[in-house]
Amino acid sequence: MTNDWLRIDGLAKSFDGVKALAGFSCSLREGEILGLLGPNGAGKTTLFNVISGFLAPESGNVVLRGVNLTGKPPHRIATAGIARTFQDLRLIRQLSVLDNVLLSFRDQPGERLGNVFFRGKSSQDQEAANRNEATSLLEECGLAEKANDPAEDLSYGQQKLLSLVCCLAAKADLLLLDEPVAGIAPEMIEKMLGIIRDLPNQGKSVMLIEHDLDAVMQVCDRVVFMDAGVKVSEGTPEEVRNDPKVIEAYIA
Amino acid sequence: MEYLLHILILIGIYVILASSLNLIAGYAGLLSIAHAAFFGVGAYVAVLMGLHWETPFLVNLAAAVVFCGILGGVVGAPGLRIRDDYFVIATFAFQVIAFSVLNNWVSLTGGPMGLPGIPQPVIFGWTVSSHWEFLVLTGGCCAAVLWICHKIVTSPFGRMLKAIREDEVFAQAAGKNVAACKVLVFAIGAAMAAVAGVMYAHYISFIDPTSFTVMESIFIISIVIIGGAGSMWGPVLGAVVLVALPEVLRFVGLPSAVAANVRQILYGGALVAMMMWRPQGLLGEYAFRKGEAQQ
Repeated sequence: MTNDWLRIDGLAKSFDGVKALAGFSCSLREGEILGLLGPNGAGKTTLFNVISGFLAPESGNVVLRGVNLTGKPPHRIATAGIARTFQDLRLIRQLSVLDNVLLSFRDQPGERLGNVFFRGKSSQDQEAANRNEATSLLEECGLAEKANDPAEDLSYGQQKLLSLVCCLAAKADLLLLDEPVAGIAPEMIEKMLGIIRDLPNQGKSVMLIEHDLDAVMQVCDRVVFMDAGVKVSEGTPEEVRNDPKVIEAYIA
Repeated sequence: MEYLLHILILIGIYVILASSLNLIAGYAGLLSIAHAAFFGVGAYVAVLMGLHWETPFLVNLAAAVVFCGILGGVVGAPGLRIRDDYFVIATFAFQVIAFSVLNNWVSLTGGPMGLPGIPQPVIFGWTVSSHWEFLVLTGGCCAAVLWICHKIVTSPFGRMLKAIREDEVFAQAAGKNVAACKVLVFAIGAAMAAVAGVMYAHYISFIDPTSFTVMESIFIISIVIIGGAGSMWGPVLGAVVLVALPEVLRFVGLPSAVAANVRQILYGGALVAMMMWRPQGLLGEYAFRKGEAQQ
């Protein structure tokens, strides 16, 4: 098991005595798309918050490529190659679409003031390169003409798309997507799923939380079903869907 | 003529104060009521060095800037771990402490008696003595501060500040070290306030603690808010308006006892009106009135 690219080991986290995670373990191979299913309150988002460093677990470990990330602050984890989206869609609403993408690039030289004042040329060059890359990312996703609009002017679906584009700009190896297609129009769902399905070809791995079973069936290589903070079932989407324990959990 | 120059010099000093506070409050979203404290500490550091050690003016200026920068970092580091309203209260506490120290450490600061007889600055043999010369010096410092602010806010670092102001969680998830960034910008703002303090002290040639009270902090905040937080030129316009406005009142012919009160009423009225109808200020893009913007 130690060869796993991402290893999540016995994570526990409780809020006021309620166990959101109760010794959750799973693993992820490089280039794999893993779906996380489970009823509301199963601990899916808590799991994302622990992996991305926004919550410290009471016990357990998150190990990416042999590097233990447990308990590190969110910005360290973000620069270690993990990008995430949020269920409640966090974007800088007042800034332009392009600025949101530009913010998502990691380790920018121009974010260090020493470079701004003493190595202006190199940080400006990098900024120009990032700008080109951000523009072409927006073009590929069909948001190019909105590039200079404030992010809050986008439709809900476009905002979800933008937060996915931000993860791409981050050049992260692992993307944590929290309900990427919930509540958006069918054609936008197709577009999002197309982008997600292509991620393994770029060497990226994905964990995604989604209630839309069709979407999960379409893109996920493997599915983990969780309930009350533990893994209940694991396998291909078909296997999990037909697992009696899963059916029982949903009915209950 | 000298009167007009006097107003311009004061405007220059307040442009430095408001622009530096704007970095902290307008761009990073950290409302600080401690700005007059850094203004005052910078003034006292430079003046005390000049009076006791007779070190050159530029050395005193540099020392005041470095001292306030470090002080800003030290005050900022624990203060920035607490959020929003509590941060405001923490800066208020520092402001009160700084004033008490200046007012009560009589053997060092002269206490309420202040420090009179501050010598005129000498820069490489140039003695700054006339109003014109002070205007050139203040204008130069003002330009330098504005240039630094411009470089900061137009850089990716400035974009990161805005992101932190609007949504810290997003900024952290995008790999930004939010805490380090806040401490840094707070320290830079404090260091710039020291420049204004040194200018003020040498221009007036006398300082006492009453120039650096919480009322002064609130006046600087008013300049930022009325001019427009989070915009480069908002605080400049704010400084012009708020420094020149009471001088205009002088010519309306009000008796001086009434004029002082009318000035306070005008500031208060202007602030209330701005908050109601134009919370982002005359030129600003960021409103302190939260609620509708977030969530």
